[in-house]
Amino acid sequence: MMNVLEVKDLGINFGGLRAVDHFNLTIEQGELYGLIGPNGAGKTTVFNMLTGVYAPSDGQIMLQGKTLNNLSCHKIAQLGIARTFQNIRLFKDLSVIDNVKIGLHERYNYSLVSSLLKTKKYFLMEQQMEKEALDLLEVFRLHTYAHIKACNLPYGKQRELEIARALATHPKLLLLDEPAAGMNPQETEELMEVIKNVRKKFNISILLIEHDMKLVMGICEKITVLNYGSVLLCGTPDEVVNDPRVIKAYLGD
Amino acid sequence: MKVMEKYKEMAFWPKMFINFILILAIFLLITVLSNVGIISNYYQGIMLSICINVILVVSLNITTGFLGQLTLGHAGFMAVGAYSGAFLSKNLMGTLPDPLIFLLAIIVGGVVAMAFGVIVGVPTLRLKGDYLAIITLAFGEVIKNILLNLNIVGGASGYIGIPRYTNFLWAYWLAVITVVLSIALINSRHGRAIVSIREDEIASEASGIDTKKFKILAFVFAAFFAGVAGCLYAHYMGILEPKTFKFDKSIEILVMVVLGGMGNIKGSIISAIVLTVLPQLLVSVSGYRMLLYALALIIMMLFKYDPTLVKLINNIKNRFKKVRG
Amino acid sequence: MSGFSQFLMQLVNGVNAGSIYALIALGYTMVYGIAKLINFAHGDIIMVGAYICLFAIGTFNLPVWLAVIVSIVLCALLGIVVEKIAYKPLRSASRISLLITAIGVSYLLQSLFQLLFTANPRPFPTIISLPPLMLGSISISAPYYITFIVSVILMTVLHLFVQKTKIGKAMRAVSEDSQAAQLMGINIDKTISITFALGSALAAVAGILYCSSYPMVNPYLGSLPGIKAFIAAVLGGIGSIPGAVLGGFILGIIEALTKAYISSQLSDAIVFTVLIIMLVFKPSGILGKNVKEKV
Repeated sequence: MMNVLEVKDLGINFGGLRAVDHFNLTIEQGELYGLIGPNGAGKTTVFNMLTGVYAPSDGQIMLQGKTLNNLSCHKIAQLGIARTFQNIRLFKDLSVIDNVKIGLHERYNYSLVSSLLKTKKYFLMEQQMEKEALDLLEVFRLHTYAHIKACNLPYGKQRELEIARALATHPKLLLLDEPAAGMNPQETEELMEVIKNVRKKFNISILLIEHDMKLVMGICEKITVLNYGSVLLCGTPDEVVNDPRVIKAYLGD
Repeated sequence: MKVMEKYKEMAFWPKMFINFILILAIFLLITVLSNVGIISNYYQGIMLSICINVILVVSLNITTGFLGQLTLGHAGFMAVGAYSGAFLSKNLMGTLPDPLIFLLAIIVGGVVAMAFGVIVGVPTLRLKGDYLAIITLAFGEVIKNILLNLNIVGGASGYIGIPRYTNFLWAYWLAVITVVLSIALINSRHGRAIVSIREDEIASEASGIDTKKFKILAFVFAAFFAGVAGCLYAHYMGILEPKTFKFDKSIEILVMVVLGGMGNIKGSIISAIVLTVLPQLLVSVSGYRMLLYALALIIMMLFKYDPTLVKLINNIKNRFKKVRG
Repeated sequence: MSGFSQFLMQLVNGVNAGSIYALIALGYTMVYGIAKLINFAHGDIIMVGAYICLFAIGTFNLPVWLAVIVSIVLCALLGIVVEKIAYKPLRSASRISLLITAIGVSYLLQSLFQLLFTANPRPFPTIISLPPLMLGSISISAPYYITFIVSVILMTVLHLFVQKTKIGKAMRAVSEDSQAAQLMGINIDKTISITFALGSALAAVAGILYCSSYPMVNPYLGSLPGIKAFIAAVLGGIGSIPGAVLGGFILGIIEALTKAYISSQLSDAIVFTVLIIMLVFKPSGILGKNVKEKV
């Protein structure tokens, strides 16, 4: 089976601080992968390096065999890594559907001339975009909200819209940064279903950071535990849950 | 009411056709009234100024309102367009038919301003918000200072003898073109990309949008039309002075953008009209103009963002709704 | 005069202008550090300070020392009032709307003073009547060396205030992370008010010193020195107090030297170009630190 993502010996320094050190990760096609660890372990930093927000100081990131080091954020997004953010980053003042259309931007490529002169291509493309955006919203039962402002959505729906926007870029790998943060148990339950469905429907791999152990243990096939910027261990949920090192990392001695 | 609803339901091109007829009708009406002398020369001048201001305000709204980057050097781009266009037409005068020269001057004015848009835009891509505002301010001042010392275009004493080609026909239709193209830009994937940068640059990048490219696009678009407006202005006045394009001018345009609503093109047009006409009609308050502009800026911002004021306004609105309902 | 003493003379000019820029830049930098706002109206506080001093001496016949104190106190109050009315309600708004408001306040002060006192410049009285200082072949006039001495004293006092006092510590804490500071029991509103008061007080002194060297007062007096001082603050690294001082002196000297040796008419353009180059290549300034947006 082909590996979607391969990360080798990734590391980054912030000033004198070694925030992430010798981080390795391999994600197979279609895998649902969990990245856990105590606060400040460097999980979001890893996400930021994978998506090009931070440039790693050393190591290598490969997406389906292509090296991603030193590429800009948007290039990486175009190549197939999409993400959500720990503290939701939607285009708040835009409508729900426009949020998704911005995710679709790169794949419906008509020229500036078409935009300004409203050519046939413009109308055709916009029509297709509208349709795909609505279809995508329907997956999350968001289509009834299509024309309200994103900031007026309830919290849980905002998180889902962020996932929909990420999926609009047709990623090969989807990164979810604490998707269940701030959700009640019932919403979390729903979210687990959504994540499973998304993987199946869009045939993608998913890497997620999460503190909700029930969610991680419930849906992830493999888990990497990060502590003080380095990999503590990696294995199946059962292996992780029973490892004394993990308990120690979370609870201390 | 029914007519409005029907209009809203129409397809794109028929709608555009109706819009065009309306725009044409306004033009013909004003032209006829001017020719028979009902609209005096004085008011014709005001109308020209309105058209020029509409171009300036709508184009500034692209960068400030839609892209969300405060630019304080719009007068600088206007100056570049004005001087380069005027330089061309003054040197070509008599060699070609006048309208052709003017058209060339307008294109050159726009393109040169656009080039300056790139010059200012590219190095400032890494900067945002306040820093960008200051760079554009500095750019405007540098332009003014250079023009003051550039003897080939008259320096501090002014550039005189520019052919006065600008008339209502040119100004009106160029304003229409600016508005139409701006609306077209905003309602396209390019426009959405520009707005997404305003909303959240990091999320925009993460969605695959080349934010640098679209920042430049917005800058260049705005600079081009500022240049066109400058060129119209030059060929309307017949004389250019560097001090016309000082910081105050940029602020005046900004005030119009803010009053009309950032990210609102219709609002820009209305505020350009109102703020051009008002000071002319109320000559008695013209001394208070800057004061009123300043107050308008502060009050607009407070009413829009002060949490307590926003709440108050919403309460009043709701009460109105109840009364009407 | 020999070439060298002429150079020294220009250096003196530069240090004089630089001291004033530094004083103003301190206000910009402190306010930016704490409120993340380029207080566009800061330059106009200079003008207000100069006017108050002018009227205190000319109309109310106060002694110079009292006039200076009155001017400082009123400007500090003005700074607090402006913050409370125009900036405080917008703390949660975007930076761009805050900046637009600040521009509004700047223009409000300018046009208000123009309406009240006309745009005509008024002569500023001589408030420093000491003999010039002779340094070798060059003589330094009293306003020049007094400006330098006063500036250095004030900067030192400010530095000690920020580093050693409890309020200074609160200021540093708020500028580092205002939410965390609040959780530690620091009164943010009070700290911001004090910052604005301090900055405006320094601006008042700068205004009086400026007018001692260039004795004319008009409503637009503050805008150009204001912008230049802002450039100085950026040059030194906005948010950094030593940076503002360093930037002020560097800018003053660059300006004096370009005026003397390159072109007096293009000196403003050159100063602005320095700013552009600085912002493009090292936006964090000489002593500023790089801040990355948290994702």
